Amino acid sequence: MNKGTRVVVGMSGGVDSSVTALLLKEQGYDVIGVFMKNWDDTDETGYCTATEDYKDVVEVCNQIGIPYYSVNFEKEYWDKVFTYFLDEYKKGRTPNPDVMCNKEIKFKMFLDYALSIGADFVATGHYAQVRTVDGKTEMLRGVDHNKDQTYFLNQLTSDVLAKIMFPLGHLQKDQVREIAEKANLATAKKKDSTGICFIGERNFKEFLSEYLPAQPGEMQTLSGEVKGKHDGLMYHTIGQRHGLGIGGEGAPWFVVGKNLKDNILYVEQGSDHEALYSSSLIATDLNWINEADLTDSFTCTAKFRYRQKDSGVTVTLQEDGQALITFDHKQRAITPGQAVVFYDGDVCLGGGTIDKIYSEEKQLQYVG
Amino acid sequence: MIYLDHAATTPMNDRVIHKMNQIEKNVYGNPSSIHQKGREAKFYLDEARLKLAQSIGASRDEIILTSGGTEANNLAIIGAAFAKQELGKHIITTKQEHHAVLNVMAFLESLGFSITYLNVDQEGMMDLKELREAIREDTILASIMYVNNETGVVQAIKDIGQLFKEKNIIFHTDAVQAFGPLPIDVTALNVDLLSMSSHKIEGPKGIGLLYKNKDIQIKPIIFGGNQEHQLRAGTENVTSALGFAEAAQRIKEERAVDNQMIEHLHNLFLSTLEDQGVPYEINGNVDNKVNNIINVYFPWVKNDILLTNLDLKQIAVSSGSACTAGAIEPSHVLLAMFGDQDERILRSIRISFSHLNTEEEIKKTVHALCELYEKLK
Repeated sequence: MNKGTRVVVGMSGGVDSSVTALLLKEQGYDVIGVFMKNWDDTDETGYCTATEDYKDVVEVCNQIGIPYYSVNFEKEYWDKVFTYFLDEYKKGRTPNPDVMCNKEIKFKMFLDYALSIGADFVATGHYAQVRTVDGKTEMLRGVDHNKDQTYFLNQLTSDVLAKIMFPLGHLQKDQVREIAEKANLATAKKKDSTGICFIGERNFKEFLSEYLPAQPGEMQTLSGEVKGKHDGLMYHTIGQRHGLGIGGEGAPWFVVGKNLKDNILYVEQGSDHEALYSSSLIATDLNWINEADLTDSFTCTAKFRYRQKDSGVTVTLQEDGQALITFDHKQRAITPGQAVVFYDGDVCLGGGTIDKIYSEEKQLQYVG
Repeated sequence: MIYLDHAATTPMNDRVIHKMNQIEKNVYGNPSSIHQKGREAKFYLDEARLKLAQSIGASRDEIILTSGGTEANNLAIIGAAFAKQELGKHIITTKQEHHAVLNVMAFLESLGFSITYLNVDQEGMMDLKELREAIREDTILASIMYVNNETGVVQAIKDIGQLFKEKNIIFHTDAVQAFGPLPIDVTALNVDLLSMSSHKIEGPKGIGLLYKNKDIQIKPIIFGGNQEHQLRAGTENVTSALGFAEAAQRIKEERAVDNQMIEHLHNLFLSTLEDQGVPYEINGNVDNKVNNIINVYFPWVKNDILLTNLDLKQIAVSSGSACTAGAIEPSHVLLAMFGDQDERILRSIRISFSHLNTEEEIKKTVHALCELYEKLK
């Protein structure tokens, strides 16, 4: 019944996108598998980490019986995602390259590419759902709440979502593995990838130091007491406990702020230190999936990081395009640069980037 | 499927299949064996070698059968370099060679040889003056391809060979794409070593040859038995050798007719494109190229999108090469011609015709290009 509807599946060589392609093929769609190469780490022998993943894509596509291609977005990825990633670290913030990759590459460049080869839809193996009711397209959390990836998809718009399929959204991860094993797909037993795609299994600090010069400086308490040295502000994130190298008596030490101008890392003792807690934030780069539905101020739930439980918030849209997000309850270790994503029940409303953080009226020096 | 990628490989000719089928079942002996079955195999192997030699004006003992063009290139370059390294370690080649030459050069470079990679101009032609200036006291070997596999541009091998002859430098040419459209006579060509492949001329895959002028010495790179004048160990592939020979003989007999058809299809393709108003330009010197390969620049579309669209319409063409992750990379040949700032390196495809293609197929292909142009322009 879906014959003649062409779906281009973004295939990573993992089990999720493999099953995505399989399910669509079984539903009768005209399915095409496309591998995206976004990062070049080719060594002298011509080997790159994408090589093995592409081999898996080839094998799975042949098993399913669909044509496969590979497309190169290295330049676009560098310009739109990696440059942003480095810039954010330079500002002492903690960026989310996956959000940016979805916004700029997968659901923009790749979508355009797919349309140019005659696609009616693009599908990926994300755990999220698209629903269109009365001409309005919404994005819902994946049924497997533990795997739900709407957090990373918060920058998509309804126009884009209307051309997207997430065939895994109504499945549990276990079911996906089961389907892959039943079909004997080459990737059925493949480990899920972890970490940021271009860093992979490598040491994060080492990777970052290849691109940004590390500037060691002092570690101080908020009242100015020197507690030691840090090896570079960019290696540290708000709420971090490990790797500070402060021993001694009493409760453990935590990163509670950064002073970019003087290159100081602020630390305080105790996981419940008040400097870790905030009551509101300002979000920038806001995207609303269905903007027309919004009122100037509304309540909903929000996530401030991936795999965190939702918290109640009040969103107040501001004239400058930013929004004030006031929390029902104080939040611990909100991190500038990460995404804040809004939900109404299971419907993802959109999201933005965490910019400034406040405790009552006072701005916290998370990045100052 | 409309197959327009004959420079990648060709389907086997019926004559070739017939010939191979005739002996495949019964001629299983090892040509080195000293019994009847061995002699029988040796008979067919000799027949194949003689036919192959005759197809390029060589003698039987100048033909070394290999597993294909790649191995022939490896044997020629490494074999000659190793044989002559006492006299010098400098080798001359060009930037637009096939990877079966370039990667061999890189290997020799890692062993301490010094390689000069000559430029080609925007039309894919070499500058003989630059070539002359590149020759040094310690130059022992040069390898320059006859017909480029991506553009079809033909180099003046005879004149180039004359230069090296005067300097007593061993000269190898990769003629994998030449043998087919062009007749080859090694005595007139001023070459010492010449590589050929069977599957580009409707013969079986997995077999090729190196012509080696009997006046020069090279070292083997594969060791074992005494086959192929002790230059290529391993039990001979008799059936494929005979198939290769049959393909070479067919080409010799039918080349003129093949080329006529190919020229017709080539002209039809370009004139129809023009009639339909589809913008294009040809990469490579149009006065010095074979008609079976054309490298076409379509300013209105990136080559990966074009290739994929054509494939989904059951039309097979090609472009450059793919990286290990399958993504199309700028062709090193076009990079050598245009540099890395030219749009052409990302917007050109190779179309390679055969005498087996039909007018109908060419028209359908142009029609598909036209549709895409209207959609994507």
